[in-house]
Amino acid sequence: MTDTSDDTETTKVSHFRDAAAQARIKKRHAAERRFRLYGQAAIGVALFFLVLLVVSIGSQAIAAFSQHKVSFDLTLTEEVVAPNGVGDTEAIAENVSGFYQLVREDLAATFPEATSTNRLTQQLNGLVTRLAVLPMARATANAPGRIGETVTYTTALSDDLDLYLKGAVAPENRLRLAEISAVARLDTPREPGQPERIQLSSTDGFASLSGALDRALQPADNRSVLLQSGTNVIRLVEPVGETATFELLTGSADGFMGTRPQARLILLAESARNMSDRQIAWTLALRDEGRIKRQFNWALLTNADSTYPEIAGVLAALVGSLFTMMITASIAIPVGIAAALYLEEYAPKNRITDIIEVNINNLAAVPSIVFGLLGAAVFLNFLGMPRSAPLVGGMVLGLLTLPTVIIASRAALRSVPPSIRSAALGVGASKTQTVFHHVLPLAAPGILTGAIIGMARALGETAPLLLIGMVAFVAEVPSGPTDEATALPVLIFKWSTGAERAWEPNTAAAIVVLLAFMVLMNSLAVVLRRRFERRW
Amino acid sequence: MGQFMLQTFGHLPLAWLAFVVVVAAGSMAFLAGRTTAMRYASQSTSRLNSQPNYHGYFVAMWTAVPAALVLLVYALFGETIIRSLLIGELPNGFAALGDLEVTQYLDRVGEASELPRELYAGNALFAAITDRYVALSGGVKLLAAMTALVAAAIGFFYARTQLAAGFRARQKVEGGIQLLLFFCAAIAIATTVGIVVSLFFESLRFFATISPLSFLFGLEWNAQTNADFGAIPLFFGTFIISLIAMCVAAPVGLFAAIYLSEYASPRLRGIIKPVLEVLAGIPTVVYGFFALLVMAPAVRSLALWLNGLPFVPDEFFAASPTNALAAGLVMGVMIIPFVSSLSDDVINAVPQSLRDGALAMGATRSETIKQVVFPAALPGIIAALLLAISRAIGETMIVVMAAGLRPQITADPTAEITTITVQIVALLTGDSEFDSPKTLSAFALGFVLFALTLVFNLIALRVVQKYREKYD
Repeated sequence: MTDTSDDTETTKVSHFRDAAAQARIKKRHAAERRFRLYGQAAIGVALFFLVLLVVSIGSQAIAAFSQHKVSFDLTLTEEVVAPNGVGDTEAIAENVSGFYQLVREDLAATFPEATSTNRLTQQLNGLVTRLAVLPMARATANAPGRIGETVTYTTALSDDLDLYLKGAVAPENRLRLAEISAVARLDTPREPGQPERIQLSSTDGFASLSGALDRALQPADNRSVLLQSGTNVIRLVEPVGETATFELLTGSADGFMGTRPQARLILLAESARNMSDRQIAWTLALRDEGRIKRQFNWALLTNADSTYPEIAGVLAALVGSLFTMMITASIAIPVGIAAALYLEEYAPKNRITDIIEVNINNLAAVPSIVFGLLGAAVFLNFLGMPRSAPLVGGMVLGLLTLPTVIIASRAALRSVPPSIRSAALGVGASKTQTVFHHVLPLAAPGILTGAIIGMARALGETAPLLLIGMVAFVAEVPSGPTDEATALPVLIFKWSTGAERAWEPNTAAAIVVLLAFMVLMNSLAVVLRRRFERRW
Repeated sequence: MGQFMLQTFGHLPLAWLAFVVVVAAGSMAFLAGRTTAMRYASQSTSRLNSQPNYHGYFVAMWTAVPAALVLLVYALFGETIIRSLLIGELPNGFAALGDLEVTQYLDRVGEASELPRELYAGNALFAAITDRYVALSGGVKLLAAMTALVAAAIGFFYARTQLAAGFRARQKVEGGIQLLLFFCAAIAIATTVGIVVSLFFESLRFFATISPLSFLFGLEWNAQTNADFGAIPLFFGTFIISLIAMCVAAPVGLFAAIYLSEYASPRLRGIIKPVLEVLAGIPTVVYGFFALLVMAPAVRSLALWLNGLPFVPDEFFAASPTNALAAGLVMGVMIIPFVSSLSDDVINAVPQSLRDGALAMGATRSETIKQVVFPAALPGIIAALLLAISRAIGETMIVVMAAGLRPQITADPTAEITTITVQIVALLTGDSEFDSPKTLSAFALGFVLFALTLVFNLIALRVVQKYREKYD
């Protein structure tokens, strides 16, 4: 090109080379880069949301998989534990009030200051939920020989205090103060229940504490400052000067002499929390004694649902889901395979099969809630089947999964090459023999993979189950498909609507359990595909 | 003695009965048929037309299927029959009770019948009715079992008379199998028919009390109090949330699909595609929790911050704890993989020759995509978007958890809003009474929902089908 242009006298720059063209090309390339960037951004957005979802739910769930437990050395007196006699183990196993009485007595003995008023006693009893002693009762019923002896039992700490110890209640600043040089009692409480006032002096004149208070930027009536030394806890009465005034919440004032107490600035007003400063003080004291320990929360996996988050578990819902899935699989898989066999291998090309075909594709796109309406109208209302039963839930989900299984099975059948069929027919096999002896076994891995993926989707379905009443509160593990039950995704929905703050991590943990099962099923499908996939 | 037998029979679970009758009779019939065929084979001079096993299957089929059908009828309608018999025998006092109360009473009777008698013997009337219930169900069950046995016997003897050396047993059995497969395929049709019929008739009952016009065009919705049934606020809420969802899903899904199919290296594609599919596999209840936990508070604080800006009027945004924007955004994220994988398919179906032609003319890749590939794939992409919209309209859990329950028509995306699906769930959970307009209105809403999504799906599927034919 350049050669020819040199020859001409009037060296005309090529129409495609002039400045305007260069600018055009630049613009076009910029557009190209922008377009590419949009695509990358789109994928980035999708991945961002996936990561956000996983991180937000995962971080919540981690909190729920561990739990703070309080240990008690209880003397199992027969009158309290087994009022009907040691022989009646059933009564012992259900004797919540007796064991709760022992727990209350033990707490009162540990913190005598709480016995002065009813309000304080109630607060102290709030450390342990009444129903949380049930495992103790059951353990005792299983080993009646322990009655009369002193036994160490652990039980779940109340959900709010558990969350406090996990640091999920309010922002909190902690610092180690300088050594306490003097302790003076100011007055004895005028009214019962009012805390004793004491004055402390510090070797640094509380400089570090007042500095931290200034940095916290929270008005004094919107925070609590607790000082802990061993099992002794006091609360700051502001302002802080060279000396500072405190209220004794638990333990003794003398315990602070010569120690370097730890200060906690809880940046949320006491009235805005579900737990009082006293309860926090007792919890801290118990933890210092080594009586509160953080453990793996087995209750979450082995308990049924409860109205108290600290003892609620997913087991009943998991079993309910299992029964539901059994019914779903026993409907969707055989019927789906049979329907696919008919449509793919037998059906003549006519109007009826066309209608069936369009119909199946449509059915796959019908919103799942419509299947719930079908279940409510036909199975519950018309056929009078039991409400809230996995049987009905499984049937509804079976119909819902059917199109998915049919479509997957048809694809698997279609991938078996016609030469297999021709060969079988050629040696004299009948149509049915060809299909059942040759085509179906070769398509089986593909069909199975599709069926498992369909089941995994059905496991996560919620809306149809809500409409057939599987949302009832079920505190017992169902023993059969006609028992009242709930399913794991429905439990997640119910927990997510719980008022107490502790339901949030519990819900996230239940989601982790559900996703674990789905991942398990999907990886089974992947393994099957890898292991048996055949390319023709 | 007979009474005792009926009582015992009344307590017997049906599954065992069915199993014993169908399986035992079927296997015995199989053996009998096979033995007969073998005898023919040894006696007769001509060869058997079919293998002895096929003769066995033939007889077993004729024995087990009639019995199974009888038992199926009993399983579906037995309880209803028992109850109507029992209601006929109830003392006169029950006539004063409503249908629902009688049903609940009989539910309790049904539950009590499985418990030890001592627990309810104190209430003489209740105990008597329960005894009668057990006896009646025993009678009906016995009748069903007898009928099943007779049906099995008739089938068996009919099949036996058919057997002969030249009998084409294999063809008959295969015919039976084919019939069975056809019935299974027809279940899909039956499901659609069941959906349409149940929604249609329940809606008819609803429209007997509420006029369809006031339902479709009314502006007030107060179904919980059986007061107002104007569904426009629900349609509006569904529309707004689907719109927000599509604003997220359509561009993100489309651009992701274009990037993956036109730009990404095979290796990157192999990583990104399964990751996007993970988004599609997450249950909607998990998205709902995500919306409730993360998005709704975020939207709320954003709205509060905007309210605080100097040029924004006071409380311009509602900043509700559950809001349309959070639900819509999360729903959009859920639909992204749906849009991207469907559009990916159609973009990949565009023949390479079209791309090569455009590139050879000097077009850049983005120009090729915008001016050649995209127009060629447009029908398929529109179909994908229609299917996505239909998904968004029918999606339930995200909106139930994050959109709220208040029916209102507002353009403020941070306000609480409600949708068709939310109301269906709210109306049908907890209440089992099927006669109030409140419950029936859920079916009317379901009918609208079904019709709406059906139209979108049909158009989309039709477009996809046409399009596929064009390039195949």
